[in-house]
Amino acid sequence: MSSVRVLVGTAKGAFILTSDGKREKWSIDGPLFAGWTIYHMKASPIDPNRIYASQCSDWFGQVIQRSDDGGKSWQQPGGEPVPEMGAMPTGVSNKFVYEGDVGSHMSFDGTPHPWAFKRIWHLEPSLWDSEVVFAGAEDAALFRSNDGAMTWNEFPGLRKQRGSEWQPGAGGLGLHTILLDPSNPLRIYVAISAAGAFRTDDGGSTWKPINRGLRSKYIPDPDAEIGHCVHRLALHPSRPDVVFMQLHWNVMRTDNAGDLWTNISGNLPTDFGFPIEVHAHEPETIYVVPIKSDSEHFVHEGKLRIFRSRTGGTEWEPLTKGLPQRDCYVNVLRDAMATDSLDSCGIYFGTTGGQVYVSPDGGDNWKAIVHDLPRVLSVEVQTLA
Amino acid sequence: MTKLEIRVVMPYHLQTLAKVGAEIVLEVEQPVTPSTVLDALESSYPMLRGTIRDHLTKNRRPMLRFFACEKDISHEPANTLLPDAVKSGAEPFIIWGAVSGG
Repeated sequence: MSSVRVLVGTAKGAFILTSDGKREKWSIDGPLFAGWTIYHMKASPIDPNRIYASQCSDWFGQVIQRSDDGGKSWQQPGGEPVPEMGAMPTGVSNKFVYEGDVGSHMSFDGTPHPWAFKRIWHLEPSLWDSEVVFAGAEDAALFRSNDGAMTWNEFPGLRKQRGSEWQPGAGGLGLHTILLDPSNPLRIYVAISAAGAFRTDDGGSTWKPINRGLRSKYIPDPDAEIGHCVHRLALHPSRPDVVFMQLHWNVMRTDNAGDLWTNISGNLPTDFGFPIEVHAHEPETIYVVPIKSDSEHFVHEGKLRIFRSRTGGTEWEPLTKGLPQRDCYVNVLRDAMATDSLDSCGIYFGTTGGQVYVSPDGGDNWKAIVHDLPRVLSVEVQTLA
Repeated sequence: MTKLEIRVVMPYHLQTLAKVGAEIVLEVEQPVTPSTVLDALESSYPMLRGTIRDHLTKNRRPMLRFFACEKDISHEPANTLLPDAVKSGAEPFIIWGAVSGG
């Protein structure tokens, strides 16, 4: 019988939630890495026992962890003892070094600021090779490992897209979204707060901004080629040229791989928000979580509502059954929503209040799996045979 | 020159990462300085590389502090000789997280 494994990263550790395909009864393991901030965990789609985790701390920096047994045990890929007599472990798996002369990006106040590595926001395992994994960094850059996260190399071509003009969003200058095109291994989409969305069509050597059609009233030139605070991208694997975006304000879509975006906010009560997800089996069914504003990072009107569009945007319906509809002031962060691929598609999200919710029926009905975790930063789901 | 046994105290998060207790003993090449102690620490516990000082510049991470003999020596040059009490093992070299929030 199928089952699901939910990987939850929080401000003070990681948790693994498991259930059978009914998604009614859950077991909760954790905290793993207690006391550390777990920005993100994600499993290899071709080796479900291999899970990568970004463990970090303002005090102690970045650590990459890897499990090869479905989360039962963990190791730093470059730090484990090497079995050969006298050999020393290399301890390099937390080493992220920018290529070449890094120069500077713009700071919050518009002055140049030296590029400096702070943390990994997002890990994206390859669709084709379990040893390959991509990492999105703050300060914004894309790294790739070809050896199971032991060593990392940057794609410096991305920062050549006017990186000296990029400015941090409120959460930092982070590369938070990495979308791999299942039909084309050479094509990758990334998004950066607050630089915008970018695409490579040659495996990462060269990149181009894909922000035409975005309009951001908080930057001097609302139609600028770069500088947009893109919060999240999502695509359905059957149609990789169709990409959905939660922009800082506005929900957007493109039907031509980012060459032009159109606004699909439609009847949303507010179009500010962070996550956006696509139904596992319905490419035109998408989900967002409207947040009141960029000053008030909590849900609108004290009601925790997921909005679903079955028409690829513009027409939205609130999903509320099982979710608090009064006195609720949580947020749902950009990496904290995910779907499973069971026949009845499950939707999951975690809140800044420490709840993780599941809907086993595509959003119609919701239930809290757990109420009182630390602030949830990320949620990923594995559908296991 | 003979190595000296140096006591090193680390914060909880680094203890769990290195899978050690609150205090460890390292054999350190002389001269005994913050730099040589950290070299020995990272050699024995490579999972700590990058968590105390930068991989490339070897600069102390800004939210960590180094103490010895009840003094904050964080801003001393990395090649400053540590006190005799640390060299003799009477006092530990302490690595600690800066007090800055929860």
